[in-house]
Amino acid sequence: MELILEVESLRYSYGKEPVFENVSFSLRGGEVMCILGPNGSGKSTLLKCIAGIFKPAAGSVRIMGEDTAVLGAGNIARRIGYVPQQNEVVFPFTILDFVLMGRTPHISIFASPGAKDMEIARESLAIVGIADLAERTLSSLSGGQRQMALIARALAQQPALLLLDEPTAHLDFGNQVLVLEAVQKLASSGISIVMNTHVPDHAFLVGSRAAALCDRRLLAVDEVAAVVNSEIMSSVYGVNVAVREIEDLKRKVCVAMLERFDPLRI
Amino acid sequence: MLVGSALSTAGVSFQGVFRNPLVSPYILGVGAGSGFGACLGILLWDNHLVIQLLAFAFGLLAMFAAISMGKVSKGTGTLAFVLSGIIVSSIFTALISLAKYVADPYDELPEIVFWLMGSLSSIRYVDLIWIIVPMFIGTLVLFLLRWRINILSLGDEEARSLGVNVDKMRLIIIICATLVTSAAVSISGVIGWVGLVVPHISRMIVGPNYNRLLPMSMVVGASFMLLVDDLARTVTATEIPLGIITSLVGAPLFAYLIKRGRMGWN
Repeated sequence: MELILEVESLRYSYGKEPVFENVSFSLRGGEVMCILGPNGSGKSTLLKCIAGIFKPAAGSVRIMGEDTAVLGAGNIARRIGYVPQQNEVVFPFTILDFVLMGRTPHISIFASPGAKDMEIARESLAIVGIADLAERTLSSLSGGQRQMALIARALAQQPALLLLDEPTAHLDFGNQVLVLEAVQKLASSGISIVMNTHVPDHAFLVGSRAAALCDRRLLAVDEVAAVVNSEIMSSVYGVNVAVREIEDLKRKVCVAMLERFDPLRI
Repeated sequence: MLVGSALSTAGVSFQGVFRNPLVSPYILGVGAGSGFGACLGILLWDNHLVIQLLAFAFGLLAMFAAISMGKVSKGTGTLAFVLSGIIVSSIFTALISLAKYVADPYDELPEIVFWLMGSLSSIRYVDLIWIIVPMFIGTLVLFLLRWRINILSLGDEEARSLGVNVDKMRLIIIICATLVTSAAVSISGVIGWVGLVVPHISRMIVGPNYNRLLPMSMVVGASFMLLVDDLARTVTATEIPLGIITSLVGAPLFAYLIKRGRMGWN
């Protein structure tokens, strides 16, 4: 598979202190990269830099071989779909109208979306399984459905790369799994995905690769099993973390352990 | 009808750009600026055409003052524009008071007060030619950009991720909306509430999508103004200033809409 995304020695700073520096990794078509890291480590900022929302202080982001610094916002938006962590919509757009907005980079500046765009928006809704919600308003949806609507809007951009900023945050257990299933489905259709998550175990479920953003740099970029191990996870989060193989499920799990937990005393 | 349509179009555009359904066309100090321009005209020359030109010129001046102030205070986006609009407004309101204070209480003062209350009665067809060009240009651009206003209402970062040049787009829309507003104010005086209430009525009829909302606002605004003007001319023997009627009709209507809880926004 060809290289879709190449991030090279990326650095970003709000003031003098860099949020992160020397961040490098690359991604091929259909791969899912899970980025882990504590609160405030700059995971969201990293995604926004890749999406072209923030301008990095140094380094480069190449999408399908072309530098985003010279591509221009419209070209970037045709290749990269960004799904924000939270969104606050002031006006009660219908889901269909909302997803149609993902067609913006494909529409000339004075035009409005046409029949073809409408078709693509409906397809995007169908892919994430909420086609029946097309006429509902965003505010009437549950958290899980909202997340799906956001992903559908990014899909309507027909991107090669999807950036998901903590797509499972604030969702219940079942909805988290539904989102992960959607991620898996999209990746198998050939879309590359970079996903921030607070749950290391999600990397085992959907990740082809993982990395940890911590102390202003990307600690490890590797196969999931090489990144999500008890040693690295414990040092990244500063708590005790165990990784075990579950035999009958044939997969590894990552679990946290409380410091003073002593089974013999209960 | 032109005035009503202009004020409503400007109002609905501003609401989208500022992501706030409580915004009115006078937000950038255009009302106060034009008001002062007209006062100056009444005080110094007392020529109908000069008054209009000055009102128009000072409306634009207020806009550019607010915009340049908003751009200097970097980074906060829409909030900066709103704040500088308030500043500019208060300066021009003070200047209006000063103009009233020095005006001849028997001749000029009543004229100033009457103008500030808004009236369509003294407009001649010749005057229309002066304002029709800026109004037409401004409305046309807003009409063509109506899909992009949807995108801007999502917020800066999301709009940027969809490939929209947010700063440029916002500036263009603000300038056009202000142009249209100051053209309207320059012939009719300060007519309140239309630019606030009409977008809400329209939003209740066709929903929040600017593709339909903006043309609807134009039509509803024009009809509303025609109705109010008829009322103003027929209810009593002497014509009641329009600003009074729009406030008397608009404010309770707005209160009723709020109570009904069907404001068309979250």
